[in-house]
Amino acid sequence: MTQYFFYFLSFLAIFFAALVVLSKNPVHSVLYLILCFFSIAGHYILLNAQFLAAVHIIVYAGAIMVLFLFVLMLMNLNRDSEPPKSWQGKVAATLAAGLLLLVFTASIKGADALPSGNQPDNTVGLLTNLGKTLYNDFMLPFEVSSILFLVAMVGAVMIGKREEVSE
Amino acid sequence: MEFIIYKIILISAVLGLTLLVAMYSTYAERKVAAFMQDRLGPNRAGPFGLLQPLADGIKMFMKEEIIPDVSNKVLFVLGPCIAMVTALMTGVVIPWGPDLIIGGTHYPLQITDVNIGVLYVFGVVSIGVYGIMIGGWASNNKYALLGAIRASSQMISYEVAMGLSIISIIMMTGTLSLREIVEQQAGAHWNVFYSPLAFIIFLICAFAECNRTPFDLPECETELIGGYHTEYSSMKLGFYLFAEYINMFISSAIISCVFFGGYNFPGVDSLGLSNNIMAFLHAGILFGKIFFFIFFFMWVRWTIPRFRYDQLMNLGWKGLLPLSMVNIFITGIVMYLAGKL
Repeated sequence: MTQYFFYFLSFLAIFFAALVVLSKNPVHSVLYLILCFFSIAGHYILLNAQFLAAVHIIVYAGAIMVLFLFVLMLMNLNRDSEPPKSWQGKVAATLAAGLLLLVFTASIKGADALPSGNQPDNTVGLLTNLGKTLYNDFMLPFEVSSILFLVAMVGAVMIGKREEVSE
Repeated sequence: MEFIIYKIILISAVLGLTLLVAMYSTYAERKVAAFMQDRLGPNRAGPFGLLQPLADGIKMFMKEEIIPDVSNKVLFVLGPCIAMVTALMTGVVIPWGPDLIIGGTHYPLQITDVNIGVLYVFGVVSIGVYGIMIGGWASNNKYALLGAIRASSQMISYEVAMGLSIISIIMMTGTLSLREIVEQQAGAHWNVFYSPLAFIIFLICAFAECNRTPFDLPECETELIGGYHTEYSSMKLGFYLFAEYINMFISSAIISCVFFGGYNFPGVDSLGLSNNIMAFLHAGILFGKIFFFIFFFMWVRWTIPRFRYDQLMNLGWKGLLPLSMVNIFITGIVMYLAGKL
């Protein structure tokens, strides 16, 4: 049962991810990206990590993508206003993406031969366990990343601040 | 199998009740408005005008459906659908009452008790923004787009303060499950007495999330010719308006559950009634609280004048957000001093 869900969600995630790249209208791309995030949240639920799924939806689908949509809707991008890209750029982008694909497939290729570790604890994604792990075992990285967020917030406020015009 | 049938019955009951309450909220809104302004309100359709919501519904369905030619048709139809679906989805985690016991089997009066209930509600609410944004954008109308942007920036701004205000409750209860939060408030241990500041912040944010007066800025005839639904007609407009009433019902239910003890009421448990009657009595108590808050929403509408948009943003980011952080801090200190940590 879980396996079928896994394949179904994986199909959806890849399908919507492809549509993000293929759709001509940037607003449609963002909407497909949101659907892609939903399928990934489904994967989290299959892994028994409801907290991660909910936070993923709230933060990515509910907040970040709304801001993306704001920008795209206000800029009202369409094909006429977009400058055509040069052919050198296209070739370089295709090459780089192809090389990345090669690296990814190469890394997956030998995965079967690796010795499988201990059966992971499948309750670690539950809220209490996650909190305990985060605040006991990973206290320092957690605090460091929160400082990183604080710095980003201060930076955003500084950039967004209206410049004082001297009389 | 029996489990699935029970869940289907429960889901249909909750869905039906939600729609019924939302339908009669439109009637109550007009009656309350009439009462506040010394008028009679709707009184022609049926006794006391009770059939007015039905008449309004039929009118909405009968109206001509206009889809703007240049807009994206799929997204134009999708907008009201998302608004409606997200409004209805929140009712899933609300505990409507204690367990029913029929033939020794426990039947909880809650569709599902996920261990992240509160976060689920916030997730659904944050998705609700898309209904308005997509609808406003697909209308291909500058005013609708402006209305949509106003609505969604208001909603994501107040979501932040709302989420932070509820953290103090989560700190005290130590759980995100709505059922456990309600059960911990048995008797008169309502969270509102322990954390009144969180309640006030949450209530103000709930008004902003529902786009209700004094925060009903997305709709503005003089500036925006309506709002994000300017181009909508017939039942699609009806869905947007209806979703607002459902949101009001659901936020009243959440406020009652999180701050006012949900289905608990002091003294009810000592009445000594049989279990199933008690379950329905408790559900009735919850609905009593919900109806009070729906009335409160309408009461405020005719009491407080609306804000200007910059005032709204100032209140959200410079007023409520720091206040909710201070509230978390105070809760932490009090819990430490009381030895609860």
